[in-house]
Amino acid sequence: MASTIRVRAISSGEITEVQVLIQHPMDSGFVKDAKGEIIPPHFIQQLAFEYQGRNVFVADWGTAISKDPYVKFSFKGGNKGDDLKISWVDNKGETDTTTAKIQ
Amino acid sequence: MKMTGHTVRLSILSLALALVNATSAPAASSEADFNTAYAAAEAADKEAGRLHNQWTVTAEALADAKKAADIGDFDRAVTSAKEAEALAKASILQAASEKEAWKKLEIR
Amino acid sequence: MNLRSPIHLASATLALALATITPTVAADTPDPMAEAKAFRNYFVAKFPNVKPEDFVNGPYSMNKDMRRQWEEKEQFPPYEFSLDMGKEMFGKPFKNGKSYADCFPNQGIGIRQNYPSFDAKEGKVITLELALNRCREANGELPLSYVGDEMAALTAYMAFTSRGKPFDIKIPDDPRALEAYQNGKRYFYTRRGQLNFSCATCHVQNPGERMRAEILAPALGILNAMPIYRSEWGGMGTISRRLVTCNSQIRAVPLEPQADEYRDLEYYLSYVSNGLPISGPGSRP
Repeated sequence: MASTIRVRAISSGEITEVQVLIQHPMDSGFVKDAKGEIIPPHFIQQLAFEYQGRNVFVADWGTAISKDPYVKFSFKGGNKGDDLKISWVDNKGETDTTTAKIQ
Repeated sequence: MKMTGHTVRLSILSLALALVNATSAPAASSEADFNTAYAAAEAADKEAGRLHNQWTVTAEALADAKKAADIGDFDRAVTSAKEAEALAKASILQAASEKEAWKKLEIR
Repeated sequence: MNLRSPIHLASATLALALATITPTVAADTPDPMAEAKAFRNYFVAKFPNVKPEDFVNGPYSMNKDMRRQWEEKEQFPPYEFSLDMGKEMFGKPFKNGKSYADCFPNQGIGIRQNYPSFDAKEGKVITLELALNRCREANGELPLSYVGDEMAALTAYMAFTSRGKPFDIKIPDDPRALEAYQNGKRYFYTRRGQLNFSCATCHVQNPGERMRAEILAPALGILNAMPIYRSEWGGMGTISRRLVTCNSQIRAVPLEPQADEYRDLEYYLSYVSNGLPISGPGSRP
């Protein structure tokens, strides 16, 4: 299955800037479909970025995050060529992981 | 871009439409009253449809009228049907007025 | 809300007004080239600090803060997923072995800027969305919904292959084509819906102004970015979808997607934006 995570991590020496676009419906559980039935909640609950075995960014998400979420953040450190591991888990227990090289 | 006369006329329309006016309730309406009012409203909305100029609120008023009639509230049903007819007629007037009025908005 | 009396008053007022109208009728034969020039000059004069080709970016050409957010998002555009789906769809053959490439000049690549076009045989305007569905039906496939995700993805990909190319809409020397142009223009300036707005009310009289929390786009170049990923929709949407929703937002009952009026409207709006680059697929709030 193609990854749901698109990532770009760029190091400027001191700081690494990370951008991520995740494909996920992020259904809040409040929206009805065309038939008038509630679309069950289906959203990412935790998103984690790991660098050298340590979490540099963790997000605890809920129903307020929109579909196909985009995240941008920076962390101190991060060398060109190193791995950055991104993973998420949603309320249904589904998960996806990807590893990107810092540019 | 000159629009004065047209704007004044439509300002009157907009103002009038924006007014909330409480009117006294009519004497108890019958199902027959509803049927007459609804038929008139539907006919007007159909004419607006022929002109490709129906308003969504007209359909809503018609639906409200039907819903009220279904539960036997004919006073409300007649009120909503008459509202729907007025809205439909306004939409017909809009189409007629706009036949020439649009030219005044055109960029030249 | 009880509106009976005011509506009757309004109806009476309008009736009276209509009885006294002395219409100032402009020449009924349009001059598209001159009109397109006037159209463009209007916006360029109204916004002297906006580069002409930037009008295609809609609200982002009108508001600095929105532009900054948009430029940042363009590094990682939200329409990527839809675009990928569109590319996949475009390349996948029909059950009969043919594909979209067989229906269009240049295999369907880099041709979006030529649509809508006037079909002399049929005597009507053909939009890209219409052409795509006709291609499907000619090859034994079911048509796609004009307001759905799949048509949006497909037109997104086709727009993408035309990015940067200037709109090149042609009005042939045919009275029917001229009439279609005129119909589109009339639709654009005609007030409709209970809110009594025309397309021009927002996009000619008030570009750059706010409509609730939105910044209104200028009409010049407004179709160049289509289809658009709208954050409000949480997805990609077609021109048909936008026209239909615009209608209902001003409380006008929308026509069927690809109704004659909509086709002609697209024809007019695309023509007056001739020369401006295709920027689709776009993203909007």
